[in-house]
Amino acid sequence: MGQYYLSHLKELEAEAIFIIREVVSQFEKPALLFSGGKDSILLAHLAKKAFFPAKIPFPLIHIDTGHNFPETLKFRDNLVRELGVQLVVGSVQESIDKGRVREETGVNASRNALQTVTLLDTLEKLKIDAAMGGARRDEEKARAKERFFSHRDEFGQWDPKNQRPELWNLFNGRKHHGEHFRVFPISNWTEMDVWQYIKEENIALPSLYFSHERECVVRDEVILAKSEYLPLKEGEEIKKLNVRYRTCGDMPITGAVLSNANTLELIIEEVATTRTTERGTRADDKRGETAMEDRKKAGYF
Amino acid sequence: MSIQENNQLLRFTTAGSVDDGKSTLIGRLLYDSKSIFEDQIEAVKTSSEKKGFDYVDLSLLTDGLKSEREQGITIDVAYRYFATPKRKFIIADTPGHTQYTRNMVTGASTANLAIILVDARKGLLEQTYRHSFIASLLKIPHVVVCVNKMDLVDYSEEVYNKIVADYEAFSSKLDIKDVQFVPISALKGDNVVDRSKNMSWYEGSTLLYHLEHVHIASDFNHIDCRFPVQMVIRPHTLEFQDFRGYAGRIDGGIFKAGDEVKVLPSGFTSKIKSIELNGEPIKEAYAPMSVTMTLDDEIDISRGDMIVRPNNQPHTEQDLEVMVCWMNQKSLQNRTKLIVKHTTKECQALLKDIQYKVDVNTLHRIEDIQEIGMNDIARVSIRTASPIFFDSYSKNRQTGSIILIDPNTNETVGAGMII
Repeated sequence: MGQYYLSHLKELEAEAIFIIREVVSQFEKPALLFSGGKDSILLAHLAKKAFFPAKIPFPLIHIDTGHNFPETLKFRDNLVRELGVQLVVGSVQESIDKGRVREETGVNASRNALQTVTLLDTLEKLKIDAAMGGARRDEEKARAKERFFSHRDEFGQWDPKNQRPELWNLFNGRKHHGEHFRVFPISNWTEMDVWQYIKEENIALPSLYFSHERECVVRDEVILAKSEYLPLKEGEEIKKLNVRYRTCGDMPITGAVLSNANTLELIIEEVATTRTTERGTRADDKRGETAMEDRKKAGYF
Repeated sequence: MSIQENNQLLRFTTAGSVDDGKSTLIGRLLYDSKSIFEDQIEAVKTSSEKKGFDYVDLSLLTDGLKSEREQGITIDVAYRYFATPKRKFIIADTPGHTQYTRNMVTGASTANLAIILVDARKGLLEQTYRHSFIASLLKIPHVVVCVNKMDLVDYSEEVYNKIVADYEAFSSKLDIKDVQFVPISALKGDNVVDRSKNMSWYEGSTLLYHLEHVHIASDFNHIDCRFPVQMVIRPHTLEFQDFRGYAGRIDGGIFKAGDEVKVLPSGFTSKIKSIELNGEPIKEAYAPMSVTMTLDDEIDISRGDMIVRPNNQPHTEQDLEVMVCWMNQKSLQNRTKLIVKHTTKECQALLKDIQYKVDVNTLHRIEDIQEIGMNDIARVSIRTASPIFFDSYSKNRQTGSIILIDPNTNETVGAGMII
């Protein structure tokens, strides 16, 4: 008998595909939350594999803060065309204009928290009952306790102390009217797994992830891209730096890292030796020790 | 951290309380394999100082939720990840108190291996029995008993041998196939990642070496062919007009194109035309692969059906004998209506009889009981509304397991292993 076992990447792939198919089987109106970051690009790739030769049977939803990197939007539109999938854009600007949310002010203002309202409004409008996301348990301590199938009440809230136990490959997606689920098919992947898989499968990524020269501001040790959404503080100056991004959020809150890694091989080497977490460059997580847990309870991604 | 791409994945569980050094051991594994990042360590150091601790409390790394940190306890399964050049590891870190039996069962359901910690000064305790019983009940294929805090017993071979002998005597009553023992000090690092210089009498491998090398390729059933159909793929495009694929995850055996198969419950037979994923053919499909299968004949197949070999079929029955772990505040009584979820099938069910409850600390049977409560483990009889295609849990952990759902609240209220 030969060796009948899968590599860790193949096992993670099989698990994620199983979850994605389970979502389509158990829910009436699923969707994939697409941020334009590598994790949601990976998720779209896995969804394509799960249903081939049929097309992906659910839309991609992008919550557009209006503060995106221009590269992200261009990449998104190309990918949607290539996959032949429906794209729905929920606009934070629209939520602001309609008076659903109030824009933060000041130099550290961000639209991160505002997204939650736009997200929940969009899910409700489309009657989405399962929203898949690319969150991983290794990203952040509150996410380490998240389920694959995460139940949300009629207010979109997460109750971490009352989660359904998840055993074997048996996922319980039953719900009452008005409730919905968030589903995280790549829960068990680490940053390294994602990069290794992207290389193995030759998945295209936005140029942001590779080293490039960019005009930046260094604020509280975080390297932020120069943009119209980032008002400068007194004494701050624009510098040209060789940087790349490890995660891809809004322009004014996502920090870059100094890097010359411009190929997947070099990025994997860099990830292997790096000593800080991916989200260590995210200003949105630094608003207190339980910033992520608090946002998740309210219905954030 | 690993930069290899063809490593196996080992899932293990650690069960125990703060006192037996579980967090220290996990911290040691993560730290020595360089899986803890500087910003995480900084955050934990700051919190430890704020609380006035003399040392860095590594349990703060795993206790993620606000209420957990307030109470200094873990209330849920926390998943942790690390990798070495040999393997990638997923740790299901579960708290060890009796009231958390349900978390231990959850963590154990997907584990290849369980680490059971024993304090060298205290020897076997109630919780050692409890953890071992759950590992045996959930058929975790490998168990490693780490005799911890060896530094506090002067690295005594005698103390270690006594604990090993006690454990072997006790575990002979359980169904655990592979038990290994390692004397360690998680705090000092003896035999965790590096070989101890203080225990030259110990000739076995270190804990990490064992985790990297234990044979897990046979942990799945590769003999009895089981393919529960998850969904039917019909592209409705001109190019693939006639394509009809059955998507699912292999739960056992090895399937190949050309194999004769039988579909349950219809009983129709056919041959496998192709097995593929993303249009790429797969020569041999085995657990836990996700694939798409096509057959030579057009047969009516839908979600919940199972594709097997004609000469090797699972049991098809409506009466199940099950060991159940109850996971809900609301207790379970005879005649309770439930929903059973088994592979990709869901159906209504009735609890017909509670036969006995197991005292998880002494393994004694408690008979004549009327109900089972949160964290109880009991043997019950369940009648399902339609037939289930199953194997005994000891033969196949996938086709032998069920979850129980409360039809009113939709909560997952129980986990069951079919006997």
